[in-house]
Amino acid sequence: MMEILEGSHAVAEAVRLCRPQVVAAYPITPQTHIVEALASMVADCKLDAEYICVESEFSALSACLGASAAGSRVYSATTSQGLALMFEVCFNVAGMRQPVVMTIANRALGAPLNIWNDQQDSISLRDSGWLQFYAEDNQEATDLHFIAYKVAEDHRVLLPAMVCFDGFILTHTYEPVDMPSQEAIDAFLPPYAPVNILDAKKPMSLGMYATPDYYMEFRYETDQAQKRAKEVFAEVGAEFAAKFGRDYSGLVEGYRLEDADMAFIALGSICGTVREAIDEMRADGKKVGLLKVRSFRPFPSEEIRAALPGVSKVAVLDKNISLGQKGALALEVRDALYGSGIDVKGYILALGGRDVRQADIKAIADLLEKGEGDQFFGLRTEVL
Amino acid sequence: MTEECELFECGHRACGGCGPALAARLIMKATGENTIVVASTGCMEVFSTPYPETAWGVPWIHSLFENAAAVASGIEASLKKQGRDEHVVCICGDGATFDIGMLCISGAFERGHDITYICYDNEAYMNTGIQRSGATPYDADTTTSPAGKCSTGNPRPKKDLPAILAAHGAAYVATASIAYPNDLIKKVQRAVSTHGPNYIQVHAPCCTGWGFDGSQTMAVGRLAVETGLWVNYEMMNGEVERVRKVGHRKAVDDYLSVQKRFRHLYRPGRNEEEIAKIQAIADANAAKFGVDLNMKKEE
Repeated sequence: MMEILEGSHAVAEAVRLCRPQVVAAYPITPQTHIVEALASMVADCKLDAEYICVESEFSALSACLGASAAGSRVYSATTSQGLALMFEVCFNVAGMRQPVVMTIANRALGAPLNIWNDQQDSISLRDSGWLQFYAEDNQEATDLHFIAYKVAEDHRVLLPAMVCFDGFILTHTYEPVDMPSQEAIDAFLPPYAPVNILDAKKPMSLGMYATPDYYMEFRYETDQAQKRAKEVFAEVGAEFAAKFGRDYSGLVEGYRLEDADMAFIALGSICGTVREAIDEMRADGKKVGLLKVRSFRPFPSEEIRAALPGVSKVAVLDKNISLGQKGALALEVRDALYGSGIDVKGYILALGGRDVRQADIKAIADLLEKGEGDQFFGLRTEVL
Repeated sequence: MTEECELFECGHRACGGCGPALAARLIMKATGENTIVVASTGCMEVFSTPYPETAWGVPWIHSLFENAAAVASGIEASLKKQGRDEHVVCICGDGATFDIGMLCISGAFERGHDITYICYDNEAYMNTGIQRSGATPYDADTTTSPAGKCSTGNPRPKKDLPAILAAHGAAYVATASIAYPNDLIKKVQRAVSTHGPNYIQVHAPCCTGWGFDGSQTMAVGRLAVETGLWVNYEMMNGEVERVRKVGHRKAVDDYLSVQKRFRHLYRPGRNEEEIAKIQAIADANAAKFGVDLNMKKEE
C-alpha cells in the first residue's frame, strides 16, 4: 500500500513486517525515530518482540549476538559513534556467523562532533565481515530490509547485514513508500531457521578461541560466505522483483549507461542528485551515466566491470575518506577496473552533512573531463 | 565427552590446582545440565575451549572480554520469547567483572534480566600474566602493581562489587569460596532458582598467579576465610542475611606468608606497618559482617 512516511518510520514498519523476535537498541541521532517507532509498536502489541532497552550500543549488539545465538531473529539500528562503540562486537557477530540485521542511519564520525550525514561510519566497518547494502531512497531502504534478512539468514551465507541509508537526508524525509502487506512478506521471508544454536538439549560451544593452526581458516570461510552472498543477493533480489515489482537483483544499478563515455559511481542518496544532474547534462549533449553501487560488501567488482563497456572516465563520489589515502569507494572501484584502461578519479564530498547540488555534480564532471580528481570537492577556500 | 565427564571437567588445560577450574566444576554441579553458560575472555575461556576441543558439557558461548552480561541479556530475552527455560549463567573472571565488563553488568542488572552472574575471583588478570585488576587486594605484588623500592604493591583495596550489584536491586548476592564446596553449590542453586539478576563472587585462588603450590589451593582458600580477608556471606534484597562465622580468627600472616605475591612484606624484614594495615582490613571485614563467633565473649 502506498503511504507517505518519514524514512525512519518506513524502515521501522519494514522491520516490523520482518517479525524480529528480539530488538535491542540505544537511541542516537539520526537513528532515534526508528527505535522509538519500534518501541511504540511493541508497546501497542503491533510487534510481538522482546525489546531490550540497553545502556549502550555496545550492549545493543552484544544482546543481539546472544539472542541470535539462542535462535531468534534479531534487529538493531545505530549510526556514527554508536556504530564505533559496536566495533569490537561487529567483528564478533560476523566471525560467529550470526545473521543479525542492523540499520545504519549514516552519519559522520567525530571529532569534531557532527550529527549530519556522511558514510564514514559504515564504511569504517567494511572489513568486519558484515554485508553492507546502501539505499538511494526510502523505498529502497524499506525493501532492502526484507532482502537483507533473507540473504543474511540463507544457509549459504549466515552473515550479519547492515542496511545503510543516509541520516536526515532519508531518515527524516517524508516520501511515498509502497509498503508490502504482512502476508506478502510472510510468504517472501520465512521464519528464521538457524543452523547451530545454544540449546541445553544439544550442547555445543560457540566463540571458542582458535590458535594459529585454525584461525586463518575461519577468516577464509567468512570470506567465502561473503562471496557466496553475491549470488544469493541476486537470487533474492530477483525473487523480490517477481513478487513486488521492484528490481533489486543487481548489486549495482546503471542509469543511462548504454552509450555513456563518462560515468559517476556512488553509494546511497546522492545517486538521486546525480540522476537529475545527468538528465541535465544529457540535455546539453554530454554522454554521462550513473552506476549506483547497492552492495558495498560483498563488493561487486565483476558487475562494475561489466556495467561500463563504453566508458573511458569514471568519477567516484565518496562521502568518506580513508585519511592519508582516498575515498574507500574510489579505491575499490579502481581495483575493480584495474587493467581496463578506464581513468578513475575520486572526489571526497558532503562530509559532515555539507550539501551537494546538481551544479556540484556538473562541476565534478568538468573536473573529470580535465583529468582533475582525487581531491576534496567543495572545500572552504581559507584552508587551501 | 566420555561418560565419566562432568558438565565441566574433561580435557581442560588449566594448571594443576587451578581454583577457577574447581569453581567451574562446582558451579556446573549446582546448575545442572539445563544451563547455558556465557563466558568472558579470560583464563577459563582459554583453558577450557581451545578449538576444536571443549570442556563444557552444556551450551557455552564466549563473545568478548567485556560483554558477557549483555550477551546473556540477549539470550535470556530470546529464550523468553521462545518459551524456553534454561538457566542463563555468566561465568567470568574478575577483570571481566570488576573492570572492563562493569557497564554491561550494570545495564543487565538494572534491566532485571533473569540471569545468574558468577565471578570467579582470582584477584588479578591471570590470562595475560599477573596484572592488577579492581579485585586485586591491597599490597599484592602484580606485574602492573609491582612491589619495589617506592611501592609495597597494589596501592588500593579491593572494589566492593557485591555491594555495588546489591545496590542495583539484585535479589540475591552472595560471596563464596572454592574452599567451601557445599556452601558454593548451595549458593549457586539458590541463585539460579531466584528470579532476576543475581550475583555470586567466588574466591578462587590462582596457584600460578599468587605463587603457591598447586596442592595448597584449598588450604589457601580456607586461610582467606579464617583470617577474615575473605568473608562468605549472602544478601537478600540488599540486606546481609547469612555470614560464615570464624571461631578463632587467624592472623593475616598465616595467609599472606604462604603466597609469593605478598613475599615483599616479609623480605628483607617483616614490614610491620603494611601487615598491620592488612590486619586492619581483616578486622574491619570481621566487624562489618560479624564474622567473629567469639567476639562477645572476648569483649
